[in-house]
Amino acid sequence: MTQKTALFETHLAASGRMIEFNGWTMPINFGSQIEEHLMVRKGCGIFDVSHMTFLDFKGPGCKSFLRKILANDIENLTEDGDAIYSAILNESGGVLDDLIAYRMPFGYRLVINCATKEKVIKWIRQHIKEHSLIMTLREDLAMLAIQGPNYLRVISQFLSKTLLDELKNKRAFQSVIEDEMLISKTGYTGETGVEVMIPSREVKNIWLQAVESGANPSGLGARDTLRLEAGMNLYGFEMNDEISPLECNMAWTVSLEDKKREFIGKKSFELKKEKGGFHTLKGLMFKDRSIVRTDHEVFLDNNKNTKGVVTSGTYSPTLKKSIALARIPPSDKRICFSELRGKMIEASIGKPRFVKEGKIIF
Amino acid sequence: MKEIPENYKFLSSHEWMKVEEDTIVAVGISDYAQDQLGDIVFVELPELDSEVNQGDEVAVVESVKAASEIYSPVSGRIIEVNSSLEDSPEIVNSSAFEEGWFFKVEVADSSEFENLLSPEQYSEHCKD
Repeated sequence: MTQKTALFETHLAASGRMIEFNGWTMPINFGSQIEEHLMVRKGCGIFDVSHMTFLDFKGPGCKSFLRKILANDIENLTEDGDAIYSAILNESGGVLDDLIAYRMPFGYRLVINCATKEKVIKWIRQHIKEHSLIMTLREDLAMLAIQGPNYLRVISQFLSKTLLDELKNKRAFQSVIEDEMLISKTGYTGETGVEVMIPSREVKNIWLQAVESGANPSGLGARDTLRLEAGMNLYGFEMNDEISPLECNMAWTVSLEDKKREFIGKKSFELKKEKGGFHTLKGLMFKDRSIVRTDHEVFLDNNKNTKGVVTSGTYSPTLKKSIALARIPPSDKRICFSELRGKMIEASIGKPRFVKEGKIIF
Repeated sequence: MKEIPENYKFLSSHEWMKVEEDTIVAVGISDYAQDQLGDIVFVELPELDSEVNQGDEVAVVESVKAASEIYSPVSGRIIEVNSSLEDSPEIVNSSAFEEGWFFKVEVADSSEFENLLSPEQYSEHCKD
């Protein structure tokens, strides 16, 4: 039996095409995923992301505990609602999960992936030990992502003027909180927008009001192409238990600022960094329209000696080209090749991001 | 889903053909197939003048979801390809049975048509 979000019936009514996704029944699209993608770049799209896992932490020990298990430092969260992107590392420095940590009035909240839920909860329980804290899995919450240049007009339909003004003054990765609702300036699309966490029983009302005021219902298909264009990682693709943050463009999220802070995976991370020579994540733009998909090899020389691997590949609706994220060995090469259906196709190598706020930056 | 036109014949792998004139047939993929594939982003067309056999893999259609081979429903020579699909493959989504045709074949042996599915048979096949 798969789990359904509070919006399941709403999606069916809007002709959402439902698929199974890590134990959840979720809409992959509502017709055309390319149109949904472009709507987010030009207008505003709304996504049901209630399949994410919400973990609340309370108690005097939660700060020291999270500073131990997160590679980024929550010490930098100075106000309630402030958020950071972080990895949880294992002892060998591999990425157990990526998440967003929020400072909350009661303590902290982690929003982790649904695919990693069991693993991460087990990991946390194993490491709580002497830390005095209570972790609560919030299965009563829903989450919406409202993304795109017109997002403010959309959310003004259901937010009070006070809250809206408060939000306008916030920077990226900051939030406003009202009762059980948290609205953060975060997202997974490369556009401006918000993510809204709210009790499940209230989510349908907000979804309908947002759609009424111009937010286009969008599915996981568009979410994936948007995040790929934006150069954002997807757990299980760009990163996994054996991949270091150094190898998946996440080194910037590992905070070594406080030299006294001993977080799990720190030693392995520092050793690998010191040693150098590791593979890194790059962006590829292919000459051909064929999509080079996950796990496909890419070659940096003609005799196929130096090779890397595609972590995610798709058709970019914004660039109208086949693009990919790939993990490749250190090299100053600007082009690489991939073999597809017996043909060698060429790609240019660049930074692992293609689009930011509607503009092509590759 | 659009209705299946009457004068079309099908492969169980979702390619259609229809007789254009005498020995010339047009080939494409069914509306059901485009719907299952989702947004189509790339079509690799066969080479002009190449000889193909019934059931040969002759083209590739790629959607955001997956790449699929296209088989020729008939034997013969490729006499025309729909080059508008190169820049606008989404035509296959919007008009699978008409403007979204892939290529035309000059048929070698029209008795091969008997190996193909009728609209009724194809429609039953899609329900399975």
